[in-house]
Amino acid sequence: MLNAADMATLWLTFKVAGIATLLMLLFGTPLAWWLARTTSRWKSICNALVSLPLVLPPTVLGFYLLIMLGPNGPIGHLTAELGLGTLPFTFPGLVVASVLYSLPFVVQPLQSSFTSIGEQPLEAAATLRAGPLDTFFSVIVPLAKPGFLTASILGFTHTVGEFGVVLMVGGNIPDKTRVVSVQIYNHVEALEYTEAHWLAGILMLFSFSVLMVLYTVLKTQPVAHPLK
Amino acid sequence: MNMTTIQARFQLDYGDFKLDVDLKLPGTGITVLFGHSGSGKTTLLRCIAGLQRAPQGFLEINGHIWQDSERDLFLPTYKRPLGYVFQEANLFPHLTVRDNLHYGLKRIKQNSGTVKLEQTLDLLGIGHLLERMPGHLSGGERQRVAIARALALNPEVLLMDEPLASLDFKRKQEILPFLSRLHQQLDIPVLYVTHSQQEVAQLADTLVIMEDGRALASGPLSETQSRLDVPLAQDREAATVWQAAVAEHEADYHLTRVAFAGGSLSLPAVDAEIGTPLRVQIYARDVSIALEAPTATSILNVLPATITGIADGRDGQSVVLLQVGDQALLAHITRKSALLLGLQIGMEVYVQIKGTSLLN
Repeated sequence: MLNAADMATLWLTFKVAGIATLLMLLFGTPLAWWLARTTSRWKSICNALVSLPLVLPPTVLGFYLLIMLGPNGPIGHLTAELGLGTLPFTFPGLVVASVLYSLPFVVQPLQSSFTSIGEQPLEAAATLRAGPLDTFFSVIVPLAKPGFLTASILGFTHTVGEFGVVLMVGGNIPDKTRVVSVQIYNHVEALEYTEAHWLAGILMLFSFSVLMVLYTVLKTQPVAHPLK
Repeated sequence: MNMTTIQARFQLDYGDFKLDVDLKLPGTGITVLFGHSGSGKTTLLRCIAGLQRAPQGFLEINGHIWQDSERDLFLPTYKRPLGYVFQEANLFPHLTVRDNLHYGLKRIKQNSGTVKLEQTLDLLGIGHLLERMPGHLSGGERQRVAIARALALNPEVLLMDEPLASLDFKRKQEILPFLSRLHQQLDIPVLYVTHSQQEVAQLADTLVIMEDGRALASGPLSETQSRLDVPLAQDREAATVWQAAVAEHEADYHLTRVAFAGGSLSLPAVDAEIGTPLRVQIYARDVSIALEAPTATSILNVLPATITGIADGRDGQSVVLLQVGDQALLAHITRKSALLLGLQIGMEVYVQIKGTSLLN
């Protein structure tokens, strides 16, 4: 069964994933909107940067983050100046790393959702007196609902499932940065296979159920753009 | 009446496409922007709506300036008091018909909208569709909802971009009567883009002919239709539309006589009261010319006319412009006939009209 330490890692994992998902939606939505609409020459660079975590080994991202956020890194300097201390091996550091690592899983579904909505509903809204922000909330958000659902679920589950970046940036500090994936690693190292089974099984079941729900819901969603 | 209230001047250059127009349009009735695809008619409409921004542009509607590039003034679309009907209805798929209709209504300040909406629902016959989702409407129903949605805003100008183009023949016939009725009830100017001569004949009061991003001709329908310097007059479907009124019913013959300025025509019986205004369309190919009044002919509509213009048409045809009473009339005859008859400008002749069609 799960002991108190395992429960703590589960709680911490879901807390990190929850906060990171909210932040990703907050920053990822305008970013995805911009990427979906811009013709700027910076578009390709931004697309590539956002997608980088999809292909890089997590250790590479973690390594650079560690350097940047550390006391000698540019961001570390900034956070220290601001009196926030340095982020590596802290809970906020873990959240920041998770946001960067899982961002493509939020930005890409949103971006493709926004792209598929096209110009037409925006133009219709404009001719019906809706300003840009009004249009975004009354037309774009409801039409992109499947995109937002996919983004939230993929962002959350992917953050729950991360390991390499967490280990590099967060470390392995109980109750502060030790998440489930790291705890499983600890158990296996210590040959505690029963405990490892419990946690691994829970993650497996959780991820499968959530994805299953996502795909079931997406199937019942009306096509984003039935009018053609 | 008919004082100019729309001034539109736009210049834009996309390399392979240029728009360069300077138009003064009346503040009442339907102005049809007519042209083939790529002629710039839709671009012009989108510039008027502010959906596209011409770098050089000046637009004044009812004394309000919506764009003046000299002063760097450009009112965004959502601040322009217009109604816009897109080629594809473009309803919001996530909202019911009712919510689609109320979308714009909620965003205008004046309260007169609700009354207007009730009338519009009646006019367009869509009152029974309110709870439906757009995905469950036929193409014709969608387009009627889109028209109602635009009209509900009580706009100062209604812009329609080929509202019938995506519909099949049957659906078109379903909507055209609604548009004709709108025409009689609306007191705002309508700018209507189309490439269909039938819609021109049926709806236009003013006609603007677009080609290669320019306005070739613009003016009252019959005047513009019968301009020999415009390719429209040479088109196989070239026609003239006359405004007339029911004058007399000849029940025995199943005929109705309609009067126009300077004469009258016999039509197949029309079920309408004496005095009802009508639009009668006469195809140029249905008009023949005789030098003397034919004494024995089965054709009922033989009218005295004066030749006011002759031009070469396509495929051995001559296009003859005539004055009948106060109306202009186009005739397509063979070049050989024109030569044999020795037709010349100023000649007094007789026209025989083989067929007419009633437009409303």
